[in-house]
Amino acid sequence: MEEMTQAQELESMIGEEYKYGFSTDVEYEDFPKGLNEDIIRQLSAIKEEPEWLLEFRLKAYRDWLTMEEPEWFNATYKKPKFDEIQYYSSPKNRPKVESLDDIDPKIKETYDKLGIPLEEQKMLSGVAVDAVFDSVSIFTTFKEKLAEAGVIFCSISEAVKNHPELVKKYLGSVVPARDNFYAALNSAVFSDGSFCYVPKNTVSPMELSTYFRINNMNSGQFERTLIIADDHSYVSYLEGCTAPMYDENQLHAAVVELVALDHAEIKYSTIQNWYSGNEEGVGGIYNFVTKRGICKGEYSKISWTQLETGSAVTLKYPSVIMQGDHSIGEFYSVAVTSKRQQADTGTKMIHIGKNTKSTIISKGISAGESDNSYRGAVKISKKATNARNYSQCDSMLIGQKCGAHTFPYIESANPTAKIEHEATTSRVGEDQIFYLQQRGISEQDAISMIVNGFAKEVLKELPMEFAVEANKLLGIKLEGSVG
Amino acid sequence: MLEIKNLHAEVEGEGIKILKGVNLTINKGEIHAIMGPNGSGKSTLSKVVAGHPEYEVTGGDILYNGESILELDPDERAHAGIFLAFQYPVEVPGVTNKTLLRESYNTIAASRGREELDPLEFDDYIQDKLKLVEMNPEFLDRSVNTGFSGGEKKRNEIFQMAVLQPQISFLDETDSGLDIDALKIVSNGINTLHGEEDAVVLVTHYQRLLNYIQPDFVHVMMNGRIVKSGDKSLALELEERGYDWLYAEANLNGQPA
Repeated sequence: MEEMTQAQELESMIGEEYKYGFSTDVEYEDFPKGLNEDIIRQLSAIKEEPEWLLEFRLKAYRDWLTMEEPEWFNATYKKPKFDEIQYYSSPKNRPKVESLDDIDPKIKETYDKLGIPLEEQKMLSGVAVDAVFDSVSIFTTFKEKLAEAGVIFCSISEAVKNHPELVKKYLGSVVPARDNFYAALNSAVFSDGSFCYVPKNTVSPMELSTYFRINNMNSGQFERTLIIADDHSYVSYLEGCTAPMYDENQLHAAVVELVALDHAEIKYSTIQNWYSGNEEGVGGIYNFVTKRGICKGEYSKISWTQLETGSAVTLKYPSVIMQGDHSIGEFYSVAVTSKRQQADTGTKMIHIGKNTKSTIISKGISAGESDNSYRGAVKISKKATNARNYSQCDSMLIGQKCGAHTFPYIESANPTAKIEHEATTSRVGEDQIFYLQQRGISEQDAISMIVNGFAKEVLKELPMEFAVEANKLLGIKLEGSVG
Repeated sequence: MLEIKNLHAEVEGEGIKILKGVNLTINKGEIHAIMGPNGSGKSTLSKVVAGHPEYEVTGGDILYNGESILELDPDERAHAGIFLAFQYPVEVPGVTNKTLLRESYNTIAASRGREELDPLEFDDYIQDKLKLVEMNPEFLDRSVNTGFSGGEKKRNEIFQMAVLQPQISFLDETDSGLDIDALKIVSNGINTLHGEEDAVVLVTHYQRLLNYIQPDFVHVMMNGRIVKSGDKSLALELEERGYDWLYAEANLNGQPA
């Protein structure tokens, strides 16, 4: 009898581990698998794209063909079979809709289940959402309210149609198609994603967010996000990601570009909770993402905050190019790995302007048999007089079978630069847990308390609305990882 | 209240026997002192009562209010009212003292059917407790034991005891590392907290603590057993004569414990 209860308890705990693992049974438009120029033309045609964008894609594709899949990171995995991926996956029933009533009820239900209701009255107040389901943007909330302030927030496909001059000017300006293997692939086949433009002297009246959901088993997700903050403007943007549990690995290769003009500030936060595969390392998302922002104007600021908890393999280095004088780049990261997850993540801070300043705070938490690497580069160019960087990379190990690694790269071509780097490694000890348990805290709560304490400096950078979710996510993620 | 019966325990997985048949009965309202040379097992005894996973109980039993607690997790024992003031309090960076204490207080309160306190009520509640151990309120906003001096850590343990109001408290060498002023503050705190309804067990090397806290019983542990029990005068005798005479009396053939 007692064993029964234990088994049930265990089951319910495992069930809780990844509660976004369900899939939605929707009908998809037919689109062939594989990748060649015809596929790209077809994709571009479905999306009714202008000629210049098709050319952009084809050029990227030709570049991609000449490039090698990278292998320099600290992770091993079965390489994706690019011919077997479906590069465009759109639910039938009119992909982009004007009113909520037109959305496939099954898809709407999916977002409800994920805790992202699309009805504005049910939404977190002060957050506008662009919901991306596989390859297409389903619905964007609060559009009118944003439009009143002059803020453009829509899917990138819509932006191509309605604001081509902005897209043409900035697309690929921060992450050129040739930048790397996966950026080239994305540039060739990107499907949808969010676009945001904040005009001069405007503070976005609400947080913007995109919620990415991969549902189709055979599709990859190649989203493209472009955010432009014009002079003296401010925007805070958040992305969330989940996917069903499938045994096959799915590829997610996004490109995110941020442009901050004079005195503008962009705060970009990510809560990444893609399916991470099971205990044996079967299934899960390959999260190979290129994210980069440019502080183009003087006194501009770009701040990346990320909470990375999901994916089987993560390769991701959100970076900032500080071109404008007095500009600021920030990177705050918590990367949690458990089971067989592998994460190689960090940032690049590139100082070009004078008096530029960057801060890197990275907290890696490894549990299970996972591997967690921080890889960060700080580059100070010749012209970047009085550039300053502060980096702090802390690793925490839970259990005996996981690994934590730190790879800092520092290059300075200017003698006036000041660069500080600190790193620590600690282990969540039996003694720490026992101490908290002796004070009445359960083992799971103790772990969550210790981990949250460790990650506090980063978590406090997340927008208020998401901080609670982040705390919970950390607790669930590490459930049962000690002892 | 607490009955330890022929308790045997060893280091989990290593087979090193530390407790070799401890018998001890503690009633409400009593103060016990456990003394003994290094390595005699006195610190282990308090950890085993609190349920430290490093130790495995291989024989005997611990009854608390008549029921065995051997199967209970450490947090369940804490809910039941067992408190351990650590010899080496553990640092928890990023978690403030106040956060831990309120969480602790409310978890224990909930398990005992007492009312939980919201942050403002809790603030009021702890003011007196702070005064008791003469702790600066700014302590509350610092990370648990992080960057605390040895003395501050020990005082913090007694502060926690004051807040959580346990039924039985094991104080593991709370006096070590304290200067004379801090020792007085801590002793005064313990004396104030102790009453008819609870019990205190002082684990200590030194008789000097017993100048400030009057024990009802003094026990001497050697080689994993309690070899002699008496009243306060036993502590004074130990101070004078050391432990050697007890080895002989305990029939340990003078071998170090």
